[in-house]
Amino acid sequence: MLVKRCFASERRLPAKESEACGLFGVMDITGKRFGGEMAISAMKNIKVRGNGLGGGFAVYGLYPEYRDYYALHIMFQNKMAKEQVESYLVENFNIVYDEEIPTNPDVNLFCPPLVWRYFVAPKKKGEEQALSDDDFVVSRVMYINTSIEDACVFSSGKDMGVFKGVGFPEEIAAYFRLAELYAGYLWTAHSRFPTNTPGWWGGAHPFSILDWTVVHNGEISSYGTNRRFLEMHNYYCTLFTDTEVMAYAVDLLMRRQGLPIEVVSRIFAPPLWDLIEHMEEREKKLYSTLRMVYAPLLINGPFTVIVAHQNEMFGLTDRIRLRPITAGAKGDLVFLSSEEAAIRCVCPDLDLAWTPRGGEPVVVRQGSRDHLLSLPESV
Amino acid sequence: MYSYLLPEFIVERREDRCIACRVCERQCANDVHAYDPELERMVSRAEACVGCQRCAVLCPTGALLIRPHPAEYRPNSSWTREKLQDLKKQAETGGVILTGSGNDKPYRIYWDHLVLNASQVTNPSIDPLREPMELKTFLGRKPDTLEIDLDNGGVKIESALHPNVPVATPIVFSAMSYGAISYQAFQSLARAAKEAGTLFNTGEGGLPKEMRAAYGGNAIVQCASGRFGVDPEYLNCAAVIEIKIGQGAKPGIGGHLPGEKVSENISVTRMIPRGTDALSPAPQHDIYSIEDLSMLIYALKEATNYEKPVSVKIAAVHNVAAIASGMVRAGADIIAIDGLRGGTGAAPKIIRDNVGIPIELALAAVDKRLREEGIRNKCSILAAGGIRCSADVVKAIALGADAVYIGTAALVAMGCTLCQKCYTGKCNWGICTQDPYLAKRLNPEIAGRRLVNLLHGWSHEIKEMLGGMGINAIESLRGNREHLRGVGLAEWELDVLGVKGAGE
Ligand code: SF4
Ligand code: SF4
Repeated sequence: MLVKRCFASERRLPAKESEACGLFGVMDITGKRFGGEMAISAMKNIKVRGNGLGGGFAVYGLYPEYRDYYALHIMFQNKMAKEQVESYLVENFNIVYDEEIPTNPDVNLFCPPLVWRYFVAPKKKGEEQALSDDDFVVSRVMYINTSIEDACVFSSGKDMGVFKGVGFPEEIAAYFRLAELYAGYLWTAHSRFPTNTPGWWGGAHPFSILDWTVVHNGEISSYGTNRRFLEMHNYYCTLFTDTEVMAYAVDLLMRRQGLPIEVVSRIFAPPLWDLIEHMEEREKKLYSTLRMVYAPLLINGPFTVIVAHQNEMFGLTDRIRLRPITAGAKGDLVFLSSEEAAIRCVCPDLDLAWTPRGGEPVVVRQGSRDHLLSLPESV
Repeated sequence: MYSYLLPEFIVERREDRCIACRVCERQCANDVHAYDPELERMVSRAEACVGCQRCAVLCPTGALLIRPHPAEYRPNSSWTREKLQDLKKQAETGGVILTGSGNDKPYRIYWDHLVLNASQVTNPSIDPLREPMELKTFLGRKPDTLEIDLDNGGVKIESALHPNVPVATPIVFSAMSYGAISYQAFQSLARAAKEAGTLFNTGEGGLPKEMRAAYGGNAIVQCASGRFGVDPEYLNCAAVIEIKIGQGAKPGIGGHLPGEKVSENISVTRMIPRGTDALSPAPQHDIYSIEDLSMLIYALKEATNYEKPVSVKIAAVHNVAAIASGMVRAGADIIAIDGLRGGTGAAPKIIRDNVGIPIELALAAVDKRLREEGIRNKCSILAAGGIRCSADVVKAIALGADAVYIGTAALVAMGCTLCQKCYTGKCNWGICTQDPYLAKRLNPEIAGRRLVNLLHGWSHEIKEMLGGMGINAIESLRGNREHLRGVGLAEWELDVLGVKGAGE
């Protein structure tokens, strides 16, 4: 993204990867922080949805003591990459603190890289002062991801972080000692079943830009259309996965254009023309315009996605519900998962469990009960 | 009749079947068949036959067989029979050889070297008979982003939108003017477009006044170099206005409707005196540059209060991508690109067969260029010239088209057999003629129905193909070249198409 990679012809672009996955997310809507046990046991429960080639977690409310700084989780395959990245960071950021992310060496994983975290503030120079901090950080992260070999930024938001790698999610959790060391008010988790992929830690999910993280399950048949549209908005895909496209689309619509999820979900999974036809005038105009203008961002084919950022998480499935999503609630905790079993496993005495309609988002917001809006129309 | 020419067709009559009913005689406007009262049987002048198959199809006893004349000169790959015959014709007349319909030379047809994808395992295919499948398409300029106002709980669109025209299926009838085709054929297209929820294109011959109220809403009205039939009401009754710069069958060439065809009604519609030749200059004489085009685009928008999308149609020529980009910047809301195999009512054969580039390559190049410049969504692309079946439509959309124009396919649906004699005015199928005796063979109700059937059939097939790919809305196919693979193409061709080879 933001770094144009030139191929002589589009024909030379790598083919898209395909995969199926298990997803889980849990959030405390009062903002109370809790440990990773639920996310980890949920992922264990849906082990069949992964094949040990990728697992990961995103945690929000992770670094309250550094909440004003961008927390960069960066992986390095070798020392050289680290040196290169660090000299680049020093040039572009004030680093207030950095350390290696603690790991448990007894957990045996495939080629674990070195993973480091940095808490930084942007050092903007000259014309760049006009850029927002967020845009500045995005451009720097993209530079590292596309131009420094053997380095990859896992996450770059404030008060949050992504831990991921090649292995089953519970192995990744054990490796990064998530259960012992961390707490957060929102956890999302992902288990991966790629059909064709080399084991590369950067390729695991959650996929993240700034404090936005995406975990996704599905095989988008509109990938080519979506990717080309995003390119016109200067997002250049580097990983060639559906998740990447999803994440960029979310970034474009939600962060850059400031559309709320209620509108974005109607872009990803728009109502059918037959339905629009029968709406009242105002809605009809809204939905047909959205469909017309954002047609290239309709996400076609089966997908379920859980997107999280500061104080908010939402889940969405495609408009004809070719992939499952289930929501659950217990007190102040709200759950989203690709499997109801995963939720029931970590919270056997749920107050509520429901399956939202295709294309109907479940929006979980701090201090609100918006998630219940999807309940009346659930299936 | 030319001397020294071999007949193009041979007429074989099975005497044991022929009952001398004289149907063939009445059906053939080329006077091939006649009844010989002395012999008491039918006789034929094969040299006048153009192979339109009208007589063979209508012969009640199936007595006629019309096929290419088997006589051959000494075989010669360079000096083919066609080349020799053309030379002889020109030696006799000193003229330009005219022809009708599209380029029939064996240039590579890329559609036939592209194959489509389908879902297996990782992604379910969708059954269009059980699940919704959407083909609705909007033609026109789209804004980059939408300004949305979220005040007081409601969601309101703040951006001013450019006019867009919906079509129920991404297939539009391409320009065929009243004059080039008969009133009946013209009306059939209009009726079908209306019934099927799509558009027809008036071509450059105007839109008869009496059709405006009923069919204007489904009309793309052309403003071409001759400006025939252009008045404010013509522009304002239409759905879309199209500036015709060029045509795939004859890039860089104007048009000529001979005075004999300019009947009373045509003269009124075109706003020219009856019986005068209708000459369309090769260029539009007020457009010698891209700025001039922009002025005309905005003049038309002014004339229609910015309520109609303006399309600009060009022939696919070598630097089509750069031209298209200029057109979008000049204000075109739709760009129509007509490829090498696009049809015509009349064109110099040498031009039809040698000028222009295939639509597949042109389309891929234009879509890519507009995306690279970030202006692809500022216009819709209509691809024309050689779309023969629903698979061609799907492939065109995957290469980047919003919708396609079909001309020849629509004519064939009405009865045309591609005899290429449209310029003679003697179309035995009542399509390309102003002879009332011939034209009344075409019943707009029946021909219109056939066209609607064609659109339905193709739309169903498109849905099946989309469903197979796991796509349930046509917009998710647009420019989605991942769903195409090339077979039997050279590296450079794959590169231009931006498509991987099969198995890659
Ligand atoms: S021109 Fe047509 S109608 Fe006449 S003889 Fe030939 S095939 Fe038959
Ligand atoms: S329209 Fe008529 S004259 Fe022209 S090719 Fe078709 S059948 Fe022949």
